[in-house]
Amino acid sequence: MNRTYELMFIVRPDMAEEDQDKLISTLETAVAASSGSVKSVERMGKRRLAYTVRKFHDGIYVLLTVEGGGGLIHELERRLRVTEPVIKFLTVRIDEEQKRLDKIKAIKDAKRKAAAPAPTADVAGVAPAATA
Amino acid sequence: MADETRPTSPESSSAPSSGGDRPERSERRPSSRPGGPGGGREGGGGAGRKYFRRKKVCKFCVEKIEAINYKDIRLLAQFVAESGRIVPRRLTGVCTPHQRRLSLAIKQARNIALLPFSGRAA
Repeated sequence: MNRTYELMFIVRPDMAEEDQDKLISTLETAVAASSGSVKSVERMGKRRLAYTVRKFHDGIYVLLTVEGGGGLIHELERRLRVTEPVIKFLTVRIDEEQKRLDKIKAIKDAKRKAAAPAPTADVAGVAPAATA
Repeated sequence: MADETRPTSPESSSAPSSGGDRPERSERRPSSRPGGPGGGREGGGGAGRKYFRRKKVCKFCVEKIEAINYKDIRLLAQFVAESGRIVPRRLTGVCTPHQRRLSLAIKQARNIALLPFSGRAA
């Protein structure tokens, strides 16, 4: 049961770059320990918060895309909770949404293929197979 | 179904009464821009005929936007009023399935402080 999650968290704006690296690498080792995998790490940089969080008006946003099970997420969230510079986090499961989008895209592609080069025989053979 | 009447033709703005079939079909509401914060207010009774009402359509259906993501603040902000409220469907014209996804995304964005729960950014 491999699921894909997006883990977004906000660290306090005065956190040093090295400390962020350290935090991210510890999270990565935690992921590896639970036999998951980190698919991407994105630093979204410093942003203004929409409301005050722990008396901070800004925060540094980090986005992790992680593959693994629920136990892994439980562990990651526990770590984020006890890590003092992290002021907020949000985990969203994205694999089902992605599946839905892929499906829509596949249907769209099949339609386009069926619509554009209709006379050719092999394309006509491919299109029903894609929709089935 | 109302595709042919949607583009704002010059006659629609100039002639309030000659619009023939238009007033009967559309909902009685002045033309509120989709996502305009605090937009449409009820037009008074029969006087609603005066306004040119554009048939509201779901932005997501028209522009074929499949993914409504909580990170896409620019998109979500169009459907959040100045006060931070999620603008109701009846004002924006968003269809039910998309409004469901939209409200979920807005709530997620609020959780991670990308959008405010209320009022302007603190």
